[in-house]
Amino acid sequence: MINVAIAISVLLVVVVLVLLFRIQTLASIFTGSSEKRVSHSNKVNAILMLLFLLIGGAAFIWSWIKDQDKFILPVASEHGVWIDEMFWLTMVILGIVFAITQVLLFWYSYKYQHRDDKRAYFFPHNNKLEIFWTVIPAIVMAVLVFRGWKTWTTITNPAPEDAVVVEVVGKQFNWVIRYPGADNKLGKVKHTLIDGTNELGMDFSDKASMDDFIVNEIHIPKGKPVLFKIRSRDVTHSFYIPHFRAQMHAVPGMPTKFWLVPTKSTADMANEVGNPDFKYELVCNQICGRGHFAMRAVIVVDEPEDYEAWVAKQKSFISSNPDLLTNLKGATVPALNAAPAAETETPGENAAEKAEETVREEATL
Amino acid sequence: MANTNITADTDVHAAHAHHEHDEHHDEHWLFKYIFSQDHKMIAKQFLIMGIFWAFLGGALSSLFRIQLGWPEASFSWLEPILGQWVEGGKLNPEFFLALVTMHGTIMVFFVLTAGLSGTFSNFLIPLQIGARDMASGFMNMLSFWFFFLSSIIMFVSLFLQTGPAAAGWTIYPPLSALPQAMPGSGAGMTYWLVAMALFIISQLLGGVNYITTVINLRTRGMSMTKMPLTIWAFFLTAVLGLLSFPVLFAAALLLIFDRSFGTSFYLSDIYVAGQALPNTGGSPILFQHLFWFLGHPEVYIVILPAMGLVSEVLATNARKPIFGYRAMIGSIFGIAVLSLVVWAHHMFVSGMNPFLGSVFMFLTLIIAVPSAVKVFNWLATLWRGNIVFTTAMLYAIGFVSIFISGGLTGILLGNSAVDIQLHNTYFVVAHFHLVMGSAAFFGMFCGVYHWFPKMFGRMMDEKLGYVHFWLTFLGVYLVFIPMHYVGIAGFPRRYYSFTAFETFSQFADLNMFISAAAILAFLGQFIFLFNFIYSIYRGRRASMNPWHSNTLEWTTPVNPGHGNWPGEIPAVYRWPYDYSKPGAAEDFIPQNVPFSQTESSNLPNERDFE
Repeated sequence: MINVAIAISVLLVVVVLVLLFRIQTLASIFTGSSEKRVSHSNKVNAILMLLFLLIGGAAFIWSWIKDQDKFILPVASEHGVWIDEMFWLTMVILGIVFAITQVLLFWYSYKYQHRDDKRAYFFPHNNKLEIFWTVIPAIVMAVLVFRGWKTWTTITNPAPEDAVVVEVVGKQFNWVIRYPGADNKLGKVKHTLIDGTNELGMDFSDKASMDDFIVNEIHIPKGKPVLFKIRSRDVTHSFYIPHFRAQMHAVPGMPTKFWLVPTKSTADMANEVGNPDFKYELVCNQICGRGHFAMRAVIVVDEPEDYEAWVAKQKSFISSNPDLLTNLKGATVPALNAAPAAETETPGENAAEKAEETVREEATL
Repeated sequence: MANTNITADTDVHAAHAHHEHDEHHDEHWLFKYIFSQDHKMIAKQFLIMGIFWAFLGGALSSLFRIQLGWPEASFSWLEPILGQWVEGGKLNPEFFLALVTMHGTIMVFFVLTAGLSGTFSNFLIPLQIGARDMASGFMNMLSFWFFFLSSIIMFVSLFLQTGPAAAGWTIYPPLSALPQAMPGSGAGMTYWLVAMALFIISQLLGGVNYITTVINLRTRGMSMTKMPLTIWAFFLTAVLGLLSFPVLFAAALLLIFDRSFGTSFYLSDIYVAGQALPNTGGSPILFQHLFWFLGHPEVYIVILPAMGLVSEVLATNARKPIFGYRAMIGSIFGIAVLSLVVWAHHMFVSGMNPFLGSVFMFLTLIIAVPSAVKVFNWLATLWRGNIVFTTAMLYAIGFVSIFISGGLTGILLGNSAVDIQLHNTYFVVAHFHLVMGSAAFFGMFCGVYHWFPKMFGRMMDEKLGYVHFWLTFLGVYLVFIPMHYVGIAGFPRRYYSFTAFETFSQFADLNMFISAAAILAFLGQFIFLFNFIYSIYRGRRASMNPWHSNTLEWTTPVNPGHGNWPGEIPAVYRWPYDYSKPGAAEDFIPQNVPFSQTESSNLPNERDFE
């Protein structure tokens, strides 16, 4: 019933519009305005141009001021400040150019609307003007390139030797986080060793793996350089932490990295934004499938001493999963409960089922 | 074949030949309307296909905008159309990604490449340079039919059970290579790749033709520096397409190998869906380089023709010569060359060497210079003009405004340091929807409204055009200005919803606003559709030269037949922008008027070429 009513009202609206259109067409034939070079509409359009500039410009400025506090995330890293500076420097220049060009565009459109008694000014070219507005943008661009290049190279320079190392591995659809443990060395990994338990395919024949630990939340110390080693085990993801102004793709088969110095602990930031439950979030920012929009991890920035205490509390991955070692020793004998996935058939399938379950669980988030 | 006929036309007594010609075509409607080799008919075929795709692409975007604007809303009412893609009243997240992917693919390739270049290069190149038809009418016909075939395959892929391609329009592997990673990467991706391969063939056939025609078939007196800027734009666009589309073909081919024949060009060390894959040694970054080697020139393939159309319409309706004609050609040329060497600015944070980032930042920001020159020249063209606001002119002015707004934010994104934060956020989406999406659409509307009389012999309704313009113009800004805010706040693109993150808990209202504006602007396009179809049959009859324009197409009859001019092709004596020349009787002097007839307005060095 309601559908019929909607259909009828839509139909009526269309009929009214068509009738209005017909009346308008007949009126323009009757008044002869369709025969003239320009009709009254020319003036209307010219005025609309001016109104668009004034009202549109005012609305733009108003909305910018209104939302500015919301859309600029507070920055929590050392290099983030430089990026924001670069952003605002560019923004000021763009704002000036934007204002000048848009004002001229709409103002000229209004001012030089057609008049029957007038002729346009024949002005085909002027080399001085051309050179002027080629050179000026070139100089401005040169400045921006130079500033940008300096910022970029400082950010992408190699991390300091003493940086805290955190490995972040993207998989459909969550992040696996591994710390190198006491030896400060991440153990080798092999994708063929991955199964339901050993999500990273850690190779325990490598001694460096023995003290590596895996956690759910990233913890990093405030004020110390942190080097994120970024990998993916299936498709391309992107490691993006907006508050830290940091982003790097997680690419299967090609480890990437990003280092930064956090400047505000989670508690500091909670104070700053006035939200006691504030959390830094790690976002996946490269389309990766069904659960892309929910691929999240939490980053906790601790005071350095809290961080040390936290690290000390962590147990190595192998100590909680000693089975993996037994399998390693008897690698040639087919194991019953868990085994390297690619080599043997049945356990591999088990792992597949498990992994699929996780995928489904996360996708329903 | 058509060529020999046409050459015969010029030699035989004109009226007689024309008569024969018409008769020939009247007899075979199949060859007049379907398998036509007439560039004008092929142009209309491209245009109508383009309009079909534009409405489909727009409808897809409305669907995902509903999801983004009202994430809690029920989709049950769409079940009759979407079927299994609505699960318990919710849109399937994989289908959401498919919508985004197909929207992008359709708009970038099928509408703004085929629909824009296909329509206007085909229609205007022979008419504006004074040729009977394209260099090869047959190849031109093939170009359309390859596009048609490609369209059918892409369209069919929408109805596959596993859904169409869903890995984003950039189809980055491994996601696009592995059906285990998402169902859209199964049959849907295969269809996508086959459709795109055919599409590229269509583009190359068209491109070769455009280039050959411009170089070889210009009429007497039409030197390269007397060509309208439209032709320069189409010409360099075709060159760009010819250089870059084959690279996309290569990228797609290697992806097909990886998907079907077990090679490892893009795949390495992958464990997916519970299985470790045997592929090693491939690089996903390789695909990105190959893709963007086309992908970046592609945005200029989309925008350059629009710039050409806009330059022409601005000059005609401001009744002024385009300011700095040679600088305009130079800047098109500069943009075309630079566009081939900036591709990796899409990849600053892809994991490639940061040194490359520096190089590409430098090259990217240089491209702002020729773009700025174009904008300033357009403004100077309006200055002290005598502006007639035809609908086409409104769209031309709208184009300049949108191109400025969208172009400027590109300077932020082209800066590799700033891009760390903005990469893949809605800021990028807003930027390119303004600068290449909306702007190219405005260029296309500008072209359709301006050349409609030549295409169909009738005028489009101006009042409806005005309503359409103001609605669309307002709509574009209402959608994309707030989208920048969302982007600066770090909202990632291709997100089904933002509810999983506290960082993105704000702006639900703004997203709703954007969605409402987008859907309204989309509905506004039906005004255009009505105007377009109605005017083909019932529009006011056009005169030969309704806009008092200088270029050669307006010297043809109201409904030009195959071969364009009934008699001899007019010779060209002057550049196309002699508007409001001091001393001239009228405020325009068409290109085919010799200087000997305009003594009163000639500049000291202007003489006929004989």
